[in-house]
Amino acid sequence: MAVEKQELEKVVIKFAGDSGDGMQLTGMQFTGTSALLGNDLATFPDYPAEIRAPQGTVAGVSGFQVHIGKSNIYTPGDHADVLVAMNAAALKANLDFVVKGKTIIVDIDNMTRRDWEKAGFEKDPLNDGTLDSYNVVEAPITSLTKTALKDLGLDNKTVVRSKNMFALGMVYWMFSRPLDHTEKFLNTKFASKPILAEGNILALRAGYNYAETIEALTSAYTVLPADLAPGTYKNVMGNQATAWGFLAAASKAGLELFLGSYPITPASEILHELARYKHFGAKAFQAEDEIAGVVSAIGASFAGDLAVTTTSGPGLALKGEAIGLAIITELPLVIVNVQRGGPSTGLPTKTEQSDLSQALYGRNGASPAIVIAASTPANCFDYAFMAAKLALEHMTPVILLTDGYLGNGSQPWKIKTMKDLPDIKPNFVPKDKRENWMPYERDPKTKARYWAIPGDEGMEHRVGGLEKDELTGNVSYDPINHEKMVKVREEKVTLVANYIPDLEVDGSQKGDLLIVGWGGTYGSLYSAIKQLNVIGIEIGLAQFNYINPLPKNTEKVFKQFKNILVCELNDGQFLKHLRGLLPQFKYDAYNKVQGLPFTVAELTQLFTKKLGEIKK
Amino acid sequence: MTEVKTAELTAKDFSSDQEVKWCPGCGDYSVLKAVQKAMPLVGQERKDVVFVSGIGCSSRFPYYMNTFGFHGIHGRAPALASGVKLANPKLSVWQITGDGDALAIGGNHFIHAIRRNMGLNILLFNNRIYGLTKGQFSPTTDLGHKTKSSPQGVIDNPFHPGELVLGAQASFFARVVDINPNHMTDIMVAAEMHEGTSVVEILQNCVIFNDKVFSKYTAKENKDDALLYLEHGKPMIFGAERNIGLKVNGFELEVVTIGENGITEKDILVHDALLVNPTLHFMLVRLEYPMVLGVIRSIETEAYESKLSKQVLEVEKKSPFKSIDDLLLSGETWEIV
Repeated sequence: MAVEKQELEKVVIKFAGDSGDGMQLTGMQFTGTSALLGNDLATFPDYPAEIRAPQGTVAGVSGFQVHIGKSNIYTPGDHADVLVAMNAAALKANLDFVVKGKTIIVDIDNMTRRDWEKAGFEKDPLNDGTLDSYNVVEAPITSLTKTALKDLGLDNKTVVRSKNMFALGMVYWMFSRPLDHTEKFLNTKFASKPILAEGNILALRAGYNYAETIEALTSAYTVLPADLAPGTYKNVMGNQATAWGFLAAASKAGLELFLGSYPITPASEILHELARYKHFGAKAFQAEDEIAGVVSAIGASFAGDLAVTTTSGPGLALKGEAIGLAIITELPLVIVNVQRGGPSTGLPTKTEQSDLSQALYGRNGASPAIVIAASTPANCFDYAFMAAKLALEHMTPVILLTDGYLGNGSQPWKIKTMKDLPDIKPNFVPKDKRENWMPYERDPKTKARYWAIPGDEGMEHRVGGLEKDELTGNVSYDPINHEKMVKVREEKVTLVANYIPDLEVDGSQKGDLLIVGWGGTYGSLYSAIKQLNVIGIEIGLAQFNYINPLPKNTEKVFKQFKNILVCELNDGQFLKHLRGLLPQFKYDAYNKVQGLPFTVAELTQLFTKKLGEIKK
Repeated sequence: MTEVKTAELTAKDFSSDQEVKWCPGCGDYSVLKAVQKAMPLVGQERKDVVFVSGIGCSSRFPYYMNTFGFHGIHGRAPALASGVKLANPKLSVWQITGDGDALAIGGNHFIHAIRRNMGLNILLFNNRIYGLTKGQFSPTTDLGHKTKSSPQGVIDNPFHPGELVLGAQASFFARVVDINPNHMTDIMVAAEMHEGTSVVEILQNCVIFNDKVFSKYTAKENKDDALLYLEHGKPMIFGAERNIGLKVNGFELEVVTIGENGITEKDILVHDALLVNPTLHFMLVRLEYPMVLGVIRSIETEAYESKLSKQVLEVEKKSPFKSIDDLLLSGETWEIV
């Protein structure tokens, strides 16, 4: 197996189970493999006082904690980012040690009522909300190990002992570790009993493959080091915040919410979340495929709902034709793309920003869409809300880009309630325009056509995917009309610039170097420029949330700097967009396409070097 | 849809101001008329009726109805219709589709819509050919048939739409033919009255690319002897002399003549559209002679939207969140001063 280069910032992993579960060995193996990959690390074995305390009790829990990172690891870590809990007692003993929003892998085979009572839980922690703030991976580790080893003819006890290797396999997959170090170790350790080596290796590989199959994800988002403003906070995950943003927007707009969606990693949590709130008028419709997801949303939009579809890159490709339908019928629609590595199935669990061009251009004909991007797990709420507001007020599809790290990452969120949010005024036909209304009459300021929905007497009309007459909306093959319609659909999107906030610059407001980013790279770019600002280096950051159209002051901001460096987790898609719209500036680019986020260390080094070159 | 209201509207009120652009002699004209005639009978106001469609000749249908209408994209009308219905279950939603739109490019959406059983009326125009793209074979074209894309004859086995529909757990399936507008109107009304998804297969003649494809059933000299109009609770008798009928023979339906070989009317099978077990309905939709028309299956079921509204009430009762603010403020929170 090829050794993948790892660029983890810093991660603390804790393996915990019964003393007999082999947690020390498991932790040591993970440590050894990581050390071979060149990670800096610190470990902390956490044995119970007794070698074999009563099974299944908190006293009997054995743990091994490892803190790994690129460099500068000085402690085993104050809190865990990943907890592997082999039973209820291990969960109980270590729950407070896990950072909110981070990952807990739990062997659900050891979570029966008897197990959790013995561990001292009063209720089933998997179902009473105890784990709500965590990314929980519920895995039947023991039973899957048994199944994997069933043909070896080993006794049950020996088989069950191999479950630690199954768990280790899962964690290896999550952190892209190779298996060969541990396989070699097992072959040596069981040199005299090759059947045991075979069993343990089978379990290891089964766990690795299982994690890949279920696409077990870590929450690898780097939390911003910024000082938090006063207020009430809670931890939110990006996908959850996205779902809530839509609930809030529907409520503000006085509409019901319709989500048409097909499960896809890493976007499915939005569907799961919205499926819980039917009583808020939220209809989460799990369609038969991606196309039906978006088309059902368009049907719901026609009938007057706030319509949303959620997906990831491959799904956006499938939805392309339908998004064109929403563009020509000029109906409000929000499309969320929780981006992952591509092309094709690509890297479903890795992060990337390579769907920007697809969002901007990936449809037949001239089919402009509003494109916006969230930049932190918490502000997924704000941009979901804003995507809905723009769609409803401007009567056109809005594509909201987040990514796997935002969607599965978590962050403290300064809670917003309904009163903190702006109004949303869907572009319904105004009272004074109802008489002799034509389906493609427009608001003169926004160029948005007015919305009339079934059930509204006297407003019966037909829309469809054939070109529309500019006023009546009847089918029109007239050449001049077509050109007018292409232009007005474009103009409508361009005019959105009048309704979005200005671009803001973090750090230095002018000077030699402006870093330009967009979307989910904000955490690492911000941390990097702040680190440099603190030691007196002048550098600014313009992180874009509004991509099409761009904020109106973009040119003004760029003029304040002598050099612009565009940093993206793709091959330069935003760069091309900027070059097309603002060709008067010279842009440098830094691109990373490894399915990994930027690390702060690589960025500070890069920016320092860049500034050095400028000064020369 | 549960009750028939006396409506003051007429078929004309449901006709839009758009010029109808099908080829002269197309079977679609009589379907349009039959549907417009059915509208006042089902008692829906124009504002509460939505026609949606995919792509194909028949999919122009919504433009000709003076109701709400949505001409969608190829094959996707079931999803469009489902979105409309879920957004507002009170609407009467009609989906217009053809044999290519529903059974080829949209096959997946078609079967899943039927399985879900929302209150949709799906009118499947089956002319066994692609018309709008000018004459290629469709999923229902007969084996051996020569078309532009099958110059040596079709070698794909055709679908029987009825089998597909029943296999997808349909609660309502009917078949009509474009030459009998009054029967079509009756069946449209029955489709709208049914709770859940209704599929009506319309045998429709394409005068340009597949003319007379159904003439062995529909030609004047054939129709009495080749078409069997089913009615629930009535014996399956047909023929100009009303003396031919269907009888069960093992796993097959046998065509028998009353008065011959000791057959009396008592031996003739009585139609039961309400049978939950679809075996009889499968046998009927497969028959090539006679061609069975009318409501083949109509079983009592609960529509998707009705189950959904029950879940809404259940969540309302159980959820700790009574408002969006409750949700936003839920869970562990902390203050930063």
